[in-house]
This record gives sequence, C-alpha cells and structure tokens, in this order.
Amino acid sequence: MSLQRVWRQYAPTIVLAVVVILLWELIVRVFNIERFLLPAPSAILANFTSNLDRLTHIGWFTTKEALGGFAIGCSLGILAAFVTARWTIINETILPFAIAANSVPILAFAPIVNNWFGVDNPLSKMVIVAVIVFFPMMINTLRGLTLVDRNALELMHSYAASEVEILLKLRVPNALPYMFQAFKLAAALSMIGAVVSEYFGGNRSALGVFITQEAALFRFESAWSAIIIACIVGITFYLVILFVERLVIPWHASFRTTEHG
Amino acid sequence: MTENNSAVSIRNVTKIFNQGRPNEVVALEDISLEIQPNEFVSLIGPSGCGKSTLLRIIAELLQPTRGEVQVYGKTAHQARLDQDYGFVFQSATLYDWRTVAKNVQLPLEVMGFSREQRKQRASEMLKLVELEGFENHYPWQLSGGMQQRVSIARALSFNPKLLLMDEPFGALDEMTRERMNLELQRIWDRTQTTIVFVTHSIPEAVFLSSRVVLLSPRPGRITEILDIDLPMPRAWEVREDPHYFELVNHLRDTLRAIEGGVQ
Repeated sequence: MSLQRVWRQYAPTIVLAVVVILLWELIVRVFNIERFLLPAPSAILANFTSNLDRLTHIGWFTTKEALGGFAIGCSLGILAAFVTARWTIINETILPFAIAANSVPILAFAPIVNNWFGVDNPLSKMVIVAVIVFFPMMINTLRGLTLVDRNALELMHSYAASEVEILLKLRVPNALPYMFQAFKLAAALSMIGAVVSEYFGGNRSALGVFITQEAALFRFESAWSAIIIACIVGITFYLVILFVERLVIPWHASFRTTEHG
Repeated sequence: MTENNSAVSIRNVTKIFNQGRPNEVVALEDISLEIQPNEFVSLIGPSGCGKSTLLRIIAELLQPTRGEVQVYGKTAHQARLDQDYGFVFQSATLYDWRTVAKNVQLPLEVMGFSREQRKQRASEMLKLVELEGFENHYPWQLSGGMQQRVSIARALSFNPKLLLMDEPFGALDEMTRERMNLELQRIWDRTQTTIVFVTHSIPEAVFLSSRVVLLSPRPGRITEILDIDLPMPRAWEVREDPHYFELVNHLRDTLRAIEGGVQ
C-alpha cells in the first residue's frame, strides 16, 4: 500500500479522534465541569507525561498478568477443543456446559480467587484472565475444527486419508480463522479481566489498584492517565494479533483485495 | 462371484435412506451395470433419481443397503484404500489456504509422493488443464471454470484408473461449460482413464460419453442404456451432426416420458 492510500484509509478515523478530543476540552472549559466528573484532556495529558515512568511500571505489571492469563487460558482452551473435537461423545456432553459457562460473569469470582492465591500474587489475576478467555477460545476453536465443508471432508476420505492427516491438512487450517477471531476477543478480555480483578485488591504496583487508589484520593487526572495506559496496552495487544493473523492466514477472505477478479 | 475385467461392476445395488423410519426413501433399486475400462459413461436422469448416490456408492463415500460394487475386480472399499479413483465434485472444493499448485499436490501429499514428484506431477497436470502460470495463485483469484479445472487436475494428479465426476460443470455458465466439455474430451483421450460422469444436461452427456445410462426417480432404476456411436475424438462439429440431434432428442423424449409418469 502506498503512503497516500494509507492516509486516505485512516484519515477519517484520525480526524474524528482529534475532533472528539477538542470537543471534550471545549465542553469541560465552557461548562466548567468539575474535575472529578471529567478532567480536561490537556490536564490528563500533563499528568500523563509527568508520571510516565510510574505509569509504564504499573502498566507493565498488569500487562504481564494479562499476558500470562491469555497464554494459559488460550492454550488450555485450544487443548480442550482438540480433545473435544476428537471424541464426539465428550463433545456432545461438554459443549452445552462450555456454552453455559461462557455466559457466566467470571469476574464475579475475582474476590474469591484473590483469596485462593493471595491478593498480592499476580497468579490470582492470571487465573481469572485464563478462565475468562478459556471458553471463547475453546468454543471458537472447536467450531473451526468441526464445521468443515462436507465435500472437503469427502475429498479426504476419497484419498483414504487417516484421521491425523485430515486433522493436519483440513481441520486445523479450517480452524485458524476461527482461532484468530477468538485471539482478538481474548486480547481485549484479558486486559479488562486483569484490570477489573485488580479493583478487588492486588499488588500496589498494579494498574487496577492504582486507578481505585488515585480516584479515592481525588487525583482524577492520575486515574485517567492510568486508564490511557490500559487503553494503549489493549490496543497494542489487538494490533499485534492482527499483524500475526496477516502473516499466518494471508489467504483468508478478510485480507482479499479487490484488485483480483 | 465370477471374475470379470470391468472397470466398475455394479451388482443389484439398492440404497435406502432412513430405512424403517417414516421418511424412508428408496434412492436406488436393484441397479446392475458393468462399465468397461476406458469407457466414458454418463449417468443422467431427473433430480432425485439417485445418480449422485450411485456415484458416491462406487466411491465408497456411501454404503449400499444391498448389493455389491467392484472396482477393477476389488471391493469398493479396497479400491478406495488403494486410491484407484479420483473424485470431482460439483463445487471445485479447493482448499482456500492452498495455492493452485498445492491444491493439486494435496492427494500426492496424502499418498506420500516425494517433493520432486509432487512438483513435477502438479506442473504436468496444470499444463494438461492449461493453467500453467497460475501455480501460485489462490483459488479465490480464479474464475469458476478455472477452479474446476484445478480440481480436475487434482483428481488426475495421481493417475487414477477411474475418474468419478459429480455434475462437475453444473455450476458453470453455458459458454464455459461447452469449453470444459471439449477440454474434458481431450483429457479423456490423452489419459485413457475410465470416467463415470453424473450430469443433468443431455447435450453434455451425448457429446462426451461412449454410453449414457438413463435413470428414473423414486425409486432410482435404470430405464435405458444408450450407446453413443458418434465418432471419436469428438470436436465442435459433432454438435451439428444430425445423428447427434437424434440421440439428444431420443433421450429428451424418454426423459420427458419418465417425468410425466412420475407426476
């Protein structure tokens, strides 16, 4: 893509962001809004730049929790999907539970999990994140492994292909787009899971703890700066997965350009 | 059972779907048919006559309820295990994540051909279907007709003695279809493969086949077997031959009679 095309594609988004921020600044100033309700972007930015060291420190602490939980939850989810896909009986027994579990607000368990592993222990947050991302990961992977085109499967049978070959050459490639969809979802969920479970208590250098503390002490600009850090990490995580997706499944429909017939 | 030299030997095959349930359907009833090596046999009939079912039973993608199928003297099961046939579906059924060359190589990978053999076979086959230069394209970058040619190349890549085709050109437009007919005729002439071809197009069946098998629906039975005694290899001109028209008209009348009898 040429630079000009990149600009044309993203310009509207950038312009919109700038307009929203300017409007925000303007509203806060004109209506003289109290800073505990909504600080001005300029005030948040000033706080953000002067506290950058501390913010990156706590941001990294929570990012590690999110990444750890993401890794554990996704691995186990994928593993569970492979096992479930292999044995239809397990599939039919477990899937309803998995779908039900997926709609349980797992964050509600955060205080209990904090007690299990210790409030200070990053592992308690990782466990929460892992449980949150486990179900969407498992369900999506399972869908990709089992929702295979009938003819594509018959083709493999016509070659007398073994189950292992069918898995490697058909089911896994078929599942990859579903899995990346789940990774993207899990990326967003893992940051939310980590920060919110820290609201229920955690290490002093954790993002969620910092936000509740600063808000309680009326340092709202500081709390907002931490929220910005959380946003930056969340978006970066998402973009990294998008990038990897392009590398791994460049053939997928979502990357097709209109240049070809 | 006596030995015979048929490429495909279908003996008293009956296929009943949902047997014993209220929605029971007799798809095929007591079908017997011998197909000789290097024959081009078309199965034709109104929808629901079980022609695709019969093809799938030959491929052992479906089991007959009664009766037996032999492919080159083996059971259909053994023939499938020995990779004796190539199958072409109505949809090209190419794998999205594989390039054209890699799609053609798929059966060769499953069958354990070496990398060099795979490359060589794939390029030979793509030359045969006139798709050289498209090796590194992805399926979605090709037209429907080109995709179907890739799937034919894939089915032929391991030199099967039998090619089973299930309405392979059914989804193509008329112009592409006629071109594909000519091309398949040329491929059959060059590869000397036995072909069993399912279609609902009478002109297509007459143009391509050495024999046409007409099936009637509910239950699927063989109504007529017609020898197509037009000279081989066939070119465009065959479609203007008076005898070609006679055969087409004859089949059309018979088919109309079948359909009239059903309603």
